[in-house]
Amino acid sequence: MTSAASSPPAQPRVGLFVTCLVDLFRPSVGFAAVKLLEDAGCTVEVPEAQTCCGQPAFNSGDRATTEDLVRGLLDAFEGYDYVVAPSGSCAGMLRAHVPDLFENDKATAARAAEFAGRCHELVSFLVDVMGVKRVDAALERVATYHDSCSGLRELKIKRQPRRLLQSVEGLELAEMAEPEVCCGFGGTFCVKYPQISTKMVENKVQDVAASGADLLLAGDLGCLMNMAGRLARQGSPIEVRHVAEVLAGELDAPPIGRPADA
Amino acid sequence: MQPSSLAFQTKASDALADPNLQKALGGIKTGWQRGRILAADRLPEFEQLRDQARDIKNHALEHLDFYLEAFEARVLDAGGQVHWARDAAEARAIIQGICQDNGAKTVTKSKSMIAEEIGLNDHLEAAGITPVETDLGEYIIQLRKEPPSHLVGPAVHLTRDQVSDLFAATHDLPRTEDPTELVGQARTVLRQKYLAADVGITGANFLIAETGSAITVTNEGNAELTQGLPKVHVVIASLEKVIPSMEDAFTLLRVLARSATGQEFSTYTTVMTGPKRTEDHDGPEQFHVVLLDNGRSKMIGSKFQDMLRCIRCGACMNNCPVYLAAGGHAYGWVYVGPMGSVLTPQFVGIESAHTLPNASSFCGRCEEVCPVRIPLPNLMRHWREEQFKRQLVPSTVRWGLGIWGYVAKRPALYRFATRVAMAMLGRMGRKEGSFASLPLAGGWTASRDLPAPQGKTFMQQWKKKRRGGAR
Repeated sequence: MTSAASSPPAQPRVGLFVTCLVDLFRPSVGFAAVKLLEDAGCTVEVPEAQTCCGQPAFNSGDRATTEDLVRGLLDAFEGYDYVVAPSGSCAGMLRAHVPDLFENDKATAARAAEFAGRCHELVSFLVDVMGVKRVDAALERVATYHDSCSGLRELKIKRQPRRLLQSVEGLELAEMAEPEVCCGFGGTFCVKYPQISTKMVENKVQDVAASGADLLLAGDLGCLMNMAGRLARQGSPIEVRHVAEVLAGELDAPPIGRPADA
Repeated sequence: MQPSSLAFQTKASDALADPNLQKALGGIKTGWQRGRILAADRLPEFEQLRDQARDIKNHALEHLDFYLEAFEARVLDAGGQVHWARDAAEARAIIQGICQDNGAKTVTKSKSMIAEEIGLNDHLEAAGITPVETDLGEYIIQLRKEPPSHLVGPAVHLTRDQVSDLFAATHDLPRTEDPTELVGQARTVLRQKYLAADVGITGANFLIAETGSAITVTNEGNAELTQGLPKVHVVIASLEKVIPSMEDAFTLLRVLARSATGQEFSTYTTVMTGPKRTEDHDGPEQFHVVLLDNGRSKMIGSKFQDMLRCIRCGACMNNCPVYLAAGGHAYGWVYVGPMGSVLTPQFVGIESAHTLPNASSFCGRCEEVCPVRIPLPNLMRHWREEQFKRQLVPSTVRWGLGIWGYVAKRPALYRFATRVAMAMLGRMGRKEGSFASLPLAGGWTASRDLPAPQGKTFMQQWKKKRRGGAR
């Protein structure tokens, strides 16, 4: 799991791994991440040669494409103190699975293991590595937090986002009955098995609604788009945002799935 | 049993539309799933016990040949017999032979997944021998002519109402919904069968190498009556059930019931060692153990060896959101839920079951609750790799992945393609903020809106905002 085994350099050089969903669908999450990292004392750079962590190929059984994509990342993020992603799922891929690739290529496997050790999910990086205890943000809302599966189970992210959310002025946290149950996104799962995925997301949004929260937060855009999509289909007033937006106080963009002038 | 796993999608859809099934599956969540959490919370050393349980099974698997031979020797010492079966057909023939040698007309059976795996009941019936299931759940599904839908609760897919109807139609007694009366009815019917049976067949939760014993756990005591009353007792068990010692068994038993039903211990734990001795008051005159391989020895040393640790507690399915939505029968063969999604392709071939390792959101809950820490999502992913290698992935998916991979491996092309696509989608979705439908996205938009992209990509905006920051 993520832990501050050694203390970070005074002004660590962080390579931001934007993740494809944030890059394409919700750039505002990327800018929120940059702000949080800079506020924590990091120098942030965004290597241009990055695309995807390879997870869609990895989970589809396509090892060759996975390894090609990861090789690209090893080069793109060479030399950074840390690689930080605003996603538990992508960071889980980089930290937990990348070291198991390259079974037949020892040199690359060693590089991959070293790289994996530098990779972190954003919020756990802020708390566990940079020692951030509070953020400078305010929001008068009742929020509930969904624990996305990969972050929770592969990276043990659970208390870190709650800890920082507690420091947001005016924000009240209302837990769901089952915040750790999968929302039914699961990457390609949601389109391979849409009926089961729908049942899962329906269970999830019912739990969200029962919490009494008017704002749903999580650390993964895939889950957020899935839950926001279901809530929107039902005409629910519950708003959905990435946790980084609230922590950074960057709320200019409309909630996920909402029009700009709502 | 003929596998029908390729129909998973259709069967799961039917399951979702079946109110009885959904009600029954809901009971697992409030019952066994919650029970496990409470039982684990009451035992401070639960996590350490899981490590021990994993290590015991790993050790046994690393030295499987040694412990199997030791087990066989102890069974012989105790006056029993051991039969080695390479596959299902051999196992069926051996058991049929034992039955016929003893002129058996009826056999009682306590719950055995291995008997399901080899299709024993149908085989015995075809040979003119009547098998009678004595576990309440198995008795119910035998009456309904269905396969089990769960490792621990074979009839967990049924509501009490459905069982009431079934018993009223079968038992020639007034319909009752009272659980005690329902159990009482089954007991009355089954008591007669125990006494009439010529052979009793049980499974085994563990085989003990140091004593030659077989252990079963039940909550109904039916294993005792099955093995103790007829003159012949047959244990049918797979190779990986063998563990070194009785002490190991009790460590594993401490995690088994807690993980399965939330009980601290099953109501009955039966240790069976050899036939009746001269000083014993009762017991069988013959004790046979049929040891089934059926491909398991090939799993040793393979990517799937970890799966052989499984102690059949059912925690992975009790906690799987896919299982809880689709039910066990959707999986289309004997083993269901996450453990079934790993085992079924092993037994029936990936070409007949590739739907199963894909029927997972990889949420990881199964691995989180597995008492012997089997990395179930990783094992399902190994099957996906096998499926990909053998070109069993639908060609549309293959093409899609191929094109996406080609673009994603070329950052400049990727930047250009995504910039154009997002600009277009962003403009189309600006007014509503999300799409209610979109070409090629029906799998998503049938039940949920698709949030629209903000328009410009992050990389596009970053380049403008920061001079020279990026490399």
